[in-house]
Amino acid sequence: MALDKPYLDIPGTIIFDAEQSRKGYWLNQFCMSLMRAENRTRFKADEKAYLDEWPMTDEQKRAVLARDLNWCMRTGGNIYFLAKIGATDGKSFQQMAGSMTGMSEEAYRTMMINGGRSIAGNRRIGEDGDAQRPATDSTPTA
Amino acid sequence: MAKITASVYTSHVPAIGAAMDLGKTQEDYWKPVFAGYEYSKQWLKENKPDVIFLVFNDHATAFSLDMIPTFAIGTADSYEPADEGWGPRPVPVVKGHSALASHIAHSVIQQDFDLTIVNKMAVDHGLTVPLSLMCGPRDPQTGQWPCPVIPFAVNVVQYPIPSGKRCFDLGQAIRKAVESYDEDLNVHIWGTGGMSHQLQGPRAGLINREWDNAFLDQLITDPVAAANIPHIEYVREAGSEGIELVMWLIARGAMSDINEGKQTGAAPQLKHRFYHVPASNTAVGHAILENT
Repeated sequence: MALDKPYLDIPGTIIFDAEQSRKGYWLNQFCMSLMRAENRTRFKADEKAYLDEWPMTDEQKRAVLARDLNWCMRTGGNIYFLAKIGATDGKSFQQMAGSMTGMSEEAYRTMMINGGRSIAGNRRIGEDGDAQRPATDSTPTA
Repeated sequence: MAKITASVYTSHVPAIGAAMDLGKTQEDYWKPVFAGYEYSKQWLKENKPDVIFLVFNDHATAFSLDMIPTFAIGTADSYEPADEGWGPRPVPVVKGHSALASHIAHSVIQQDFDLTIVNKMAVDHGLTVPLSLMCGPRDPQTGQWPCPVIPFAVNVVQYPIPSGKRCFDLGQAIRKAVESYDEDLNVHIWGTGGMSHQLQGPRAGLINREWDNAFLDQLITDPVAAANIPHIEYVREAGSEGIELVMWLIARGAMSDINEGKQTGAAPQLKHRFYHVPASNTAVGHAILENT
């Protein structure tokens, strides 16, 4: 029987549920490893080699190398785990969140100062809000 | 006996901690946030608790995907501030209250809430930012927090997370547990996280001022109704990370007007209420309630 997932009709949003967590297990555990300074150093020195130490999918590795957080999320990443990559890169949480919106850093910051993204039109897929675009900037290629 | 005398509700945005740690509190961007806590710092000094029971969530810090406890109570003597990737926050070690924490764990589990007991846990911004906001800056070496803290971590990262109703009921069980502790202790319970925010996807940056304020109204005056808000409403209206607000219901459920799931006692007194947008990606909400 299908599980109850009432959140699938929310635009521009991936809910990190048990299914996503299963898909993203190694991606997220790789991210956790970046909480140790020596691992951050090794990752920065040779990102590809470091990623190859983890049983992640090729797509997950490409998504990390591209720093495309929407793509990472689609492959099972969770934002609190992915934030460790941003921290390694010296990015703030606002820069990371903004990078998923297709907006420039400045435009995103200004939107927040002006009260944030409006809920109007962004409650359900198919409405006319500004969060209705597809959740990726990179084109995943094989 | 020990008694819960007050509850505190506050967002725990990591950027607020960073602003304090980097000395930015007087910048125009941050001034209004910290102004909203001026009263609170004074209030905490004048109403110093013996123990703070602090409900928060871990953000992939102490708990990776290795294990995901739904409700975890800290029964250790102390907790180190965590390195979340930017280095540990320069704040004092958090001292625990292992005797009361163990007592609460025992009592709450006997009331059918299956807690996970944690004896070793680094605490992230979810716990240290509320302490910083309510206590002001503290030197990491020579300073200390005003009293011991019992960390209580709720899984709000991997769905399904506990419902608002479950959290509200748990709050009532925690109050019973505290009141069955023999020593006279003044206990505060804090619910942290929220308010509206979404940190992911094209909908990142979502803020819903109207919903947040309606939630605050309801939390204060009609908490039973607030407890019955379904998950989907938090996610849809307050953003995927706005779901953290269920943690406020644990604190609200522990207030003395709530008995057997109903609001039957004297309503608590609202001492302070504050709301501001933005702190980084998030709406900051804050309230203080005292039992009457």
